[in-house]
Amino acid sequence: MKLDSKVPGGPIEEKWDRHRFDMKLVSPANKRKFEIIVVGTGLAGASAAATLAELGYHVKNFCFQDSPRRAHSISAQGGINAAKNYPNDGDSIYRLFYDTVKGGDFRSREANVYRLAQVSNNIIDQCVAQGVPFAREYGGMLANRSFGGAQVSRTFYARGQTGQQLLLGAYGALNRQIAAGKIEMHTRTEMIDLVVINGKARGIVVRDLITGKLERHVGHAVVLATGGYSPVFYLSTNAMNCNVNAAYRAYKRGAAFANPCFTQIHPTCIPVHGDRQSKLTLMSESLRNDGRIWVPKKVGETREPNDIPEEERDYYLERKYPSFGNLAPRDVSSRAALEVCREGRGVNGGNAVYLDFRDAIQRLGKETIKARYGNLFDMYQRITDENPYEVPMRIYPAPHYTMGGLWVDYNLMSTIPGLHVLGEANFSDHGANRLGASALMQGLADGYFVIPYTIGHYLASTSLEDVDTSHPAFAEAEASAVDRLKKLLAVGGTRSSDEFHKKLGRIMWDYVGLSRSKEGLEKALKLIPELREEFWEDVRVPGGLNEFNQALEKANRVADFLEFAELMAYDALDRDESCGAHLRVEHQSDEGEAVRNDEEYSYVAAWEFKGVGVKPELHKEPLEFEYVKLATRSYK
Amino acid sequence: MDLKLKIWRQKGPEDKGGFVTYEVKDVHPDQSFLEMLDDLNVRLIHEGEDPIAFDHDCREGICGMCSLVLNGRPHGPWDETTTCQLHMRAYKDGDTITIEPFRAKAFPVVKDLVVDRSAMDRVLQAGGYISVATGNPQDANTIPVSKDDAERAMDASACIGCGACIASCPNASAMLFVAAKVSHLALLPQGQPERMIRVDKMVAQMDAEGFGACTNHTECEAVCPKGISIDFIAMLNREITRSKLSGVS
Amino acid sequence: MKRVVNLYRTSIGKKIIMAISGFVFVAFVIVHMLGNLKIFYPAHEGVYKIDVYGEFLRTVGYPVFARGQVLWIFRITLIGLALFHIWSAIVTWLMSRSARPIKYKVVEPVASTLASRTMRIGGVVIAVFIIFHMLNLTTGDIFPGGQFEHGAVHDNMLANFSVWWVTAFYVIAMLFLGLHLYHGVWSAFQTLGVSNPKYNSWRRGLAWFVAILVTAGNIAIPLAILMGKVH
Repeated sequence: MKLDSKVPGGPIEEKWDRHRFDMKLVSPANKRKFEIIVVGTGLAGASAAATLAELGYHVKNFCFQDSPRRAHSISAQGGINAAKNYPNDGDSIYRLFYDTVKGGDFRSREANVYRLAQVSNNIIDQCVAQGVPFAREYGGMLANRSFGGAQVSRTFYARGQTGQQLLLGAYGALNRQIAAGKIEMHTRTEMIDLVVINGKARGIVVRDLITGKLERHVGHAVVLATGGYSPVFYLSTNAMNCNVNAAYRAYKRGAAFANPCFTQIHPTCIPVHGDRQSKLTLMSESLRNDGRIWVPKKVGETREPNDIPEEERDYYLERKYPSFGNLAPRDVSSRAALEVCREGRGVNGGNAVYLDFRDAIQRLGKETIKARYGNLFDMYQRITDENPYEVPMRIYPAPHYTMGGLWVDYNLMSTIPGLHVLGEANFSDHGANRLGASALMQGLADGYFVIPYTIGHYLASTSLEDVDTSHPAFAEAEASAVDRLKKLLAVGGTRSSDEFHKKLGRIMWDYVGLSRSKEGLEKALKLIPELREEFWEDVRVPGGLNEFNQALEKANRVADFLEFAELMAYDALDRDESCGAHLRVEHQSDEGEAVRNDEEYSYVAAWEFKGVGVKPELHKEPLEFEYVKLATRSYK
Repeated sequence: MDLKLKIWRQKGPEDKGGFVTYEVKDVHPDQSFLEMLDDLNVRLIHEGEDPIAFDHDCREGICGMCSLVLNGRPHGPWDETTTCQLHMRAYKDGDTITIEPFRAKAFPVVKDLVVDRSAMDRVLQAGGYISVATGNPQDANTIPVSKDDAERAMDASACIGCGACIASCPNASAMLFVAAKVSHLALLPQGQPERMIRVDKMVAQMDAEGFGACTNHTECEAVCPKGISIDFIAMLNREITRSKLSGVS
Repeated sequence: MKRVVNLYRTSIGKKIIMAISGFVFVAFVIVHMLGNLKIFYPAHEGVYKIDVYGEFLRTVGYPVFARGQVLWIFRITLIGLALFHIWSAIVTWLMSRSARPIKYKVVEPVASTLASRTMRIGGVVIAVFIIFHMLNLTTGDIFPGGQFEHGAVHDNMLANFSVWWVTAFYVIAMLFLGLHLYHGVWSAFQTLGVSNPKYNSWRRGLAWFVAILVTAGNIAIPLAILMGKVH
């Protein structure tokens, strides 16, 4: 396997423009002869499907939800970044690029990040034209707010529902093409396998979740926009049905998986309560604009938070990172929370810290706070039964976003020709840590403004044979899928797949979570295969194959997580340094900061599948930093 | 707490279906409603029974996937709360909860509590968008939008498309859902060019899908998890009148 | 006209027709009620105000229109509107009925009112009442109170409402009318798109006022007669 990033030459500011000119085009008359399969209808998938159809390609779009509008991008609360510099506070494309590379702790590809910053402004223009109701100032201009890891206000938002509003924009564009007959939409249809013919991605096998029947779909190129894999931790901020299947099947078919261990643990989530919880709820990072994070100074504090006097509170982020304060990046904030809780200074000695709005309410008034965060406060109260206007919120880090994903080159194509990967499903732009409000930006950048160009280049420069679904590769993929599903149904054990998922989550959180050690990872590499074996001996999946069967869907996803988890552990073990969200306890400064090892680990770790239970093969794409000089990240 | 659940079970679209009663014990007040059903499903799998099918995904009240009618009220007893955000504190020991799917001709049952809501997608496909292709539109700030208009458009656009309005309506009317999208786009300057034709097509599709006719019971507004106001229904009525009387179609 | 027909073809258009005709009926029932309150006027030199009023209604428009013509034009217009109103109600009711073939086992009304839920049954009661009322006091074909005499409004009313069950039927019908008006007036504003957060509370208030005014005024007449308070 050869990793060729295909980054064009020239100064970074000109790379994308030059590349756009150098790429081959498909003539309008020929576009309609090409069929493109897009899996996923989140920001990346919907924007890609709509744009490709607008260009004239014939698109088949798939989602497992009952409507494309429900993809998990919808849950993003806080906002989307762009380098518009509307507030005149010194922002620029270069600064957004710089912040993102630095925020990612120098483990992303400079050229990709620069392009992301370049197109960020087009995204805002496009979304406004679609009618996305962004927040406005009284003069009618767009409003901005600040987010973690930046000292400028560059985040555009629509109340606490930015993801939903952006997705509805993309979904509208998608709907327009569906109505025009240019997109064939398949809802409640889950991708089960990728079909590779003569070394090129040429189709997928899907399962119609209503009838349970398997179907084959052929295309000239396949686009995966299938999101991240945080539910490998069982408890995460992701939707219940988010899964790694599509990306993992592509990996098993030969696509390299890059940096799987880079998983972001989001600092502001509602803490776990009890052992019967199914998911963790994120409280938008925007809360850190006005909320102050603290813990008691004393170990073993038992007083109610409002009874703890000012001088006995430790506003640890403000103390440690005076220039960024409560807006320190996510990995830094999460790690700091972990550290104070380990010292025994968490709320009641447990795993939670306070996010306090007392001062903000005093300064701005309850009404202003309500206007800014009312819906988040309501949500907090519904879940915890506590009133955050009066009692500080309790928060704790939770698995949220996965920077790792299928390896892609500058054209967003994986190591399998024709297989393109967008959004959270690829690895490309966020390095070892993603900054707030950058996920929406990346999803839409990939879908609206990158893939429409690069896929044309692929189609125009590749000779593609005529194949249809009767090709033996389709039969093989379908047969292996049926086999596996039947095997799941046939185990007939005693436990539900949920129980295994919970166990896996526990292992991952303990050993491959917020902080990792060699011993822990080696232990995980022993425990995961054991659990996988147990799963295949004792899982119970009721119902049949050819019917609506949610238990089977779930089991099929858990089965892949049980293999994928091992890949994450291998990657985390290989990366014997701390960087971004990946903290190896062996490599931290006296103050608990991550210590990178640029000499040895300034690379993208791209893993090649070698068989279940077999150690995958590591390929390295070296990272070079020409523009943002490698430096120890400091938010002090 | 211990509860008695009367749950609608239906094997598939053709099955007649009926209620089955389950006793659940030791439910924790901090659990969400769906976590309580998860526990029941784990138990059913252990007992070798078919688990209860229900739709859910984000579990934070935004994706619109969860549904259920609990004791006659879509999304249960809490105002502006989806089923996934409803917590068991809402109930007390010994309560009986009747759990039914969203019911409407346009929402055929797939299995148990899962229904097919694609009719709502088709209404939006008929025109619930601004026809702008990806490209290089003008700079975002060249279209000023007054803060009030932006806020009202956002109020309307907060709709998560769950269908509770339709499920709660004694007429199974989709007016609030359609009104929210029509209003969102009609309130913004970007939505003006297609304003007339959009409402026209969407109302035609709404009628074609077999939803009922609104008689202003206002149940929809009361159960809407996003608190969308029936003022938007009034707006939809104005929009369609204007569109038809101006002779768009 | 084609545009109006196009509007009427939509479900919303039918409700707009119901709302507009409804407002005409609201005006009519208010005027009708106010006119009939003249029954309480004592006779002056053997002449009853209400008889004079009745005579006025029959002769209004003279000499352009012959006696009774204007009144019949009004009646026919109102009947025509009523048929439109009822037809639209039936069509939308059928839509709604078929829109939920399987009913809920448990229904918990959250915001709907007794008035909103009784619109259809109330409409039927009112329709039956209108037919009875016209046969009863317009044509006199059904007149349990004795001998109907054309033009003698006062005497006819007294004779008619001295029969207890006639009065009871009128009172019940008027209660339904009150409910129908309460929801109808508010609902008609909503359907016609007359909505603004600034004066929306006022819509409910007006609906209450109209409903109570018309119901109380109309019920007062037969009850007072039955109790012998009108001479």
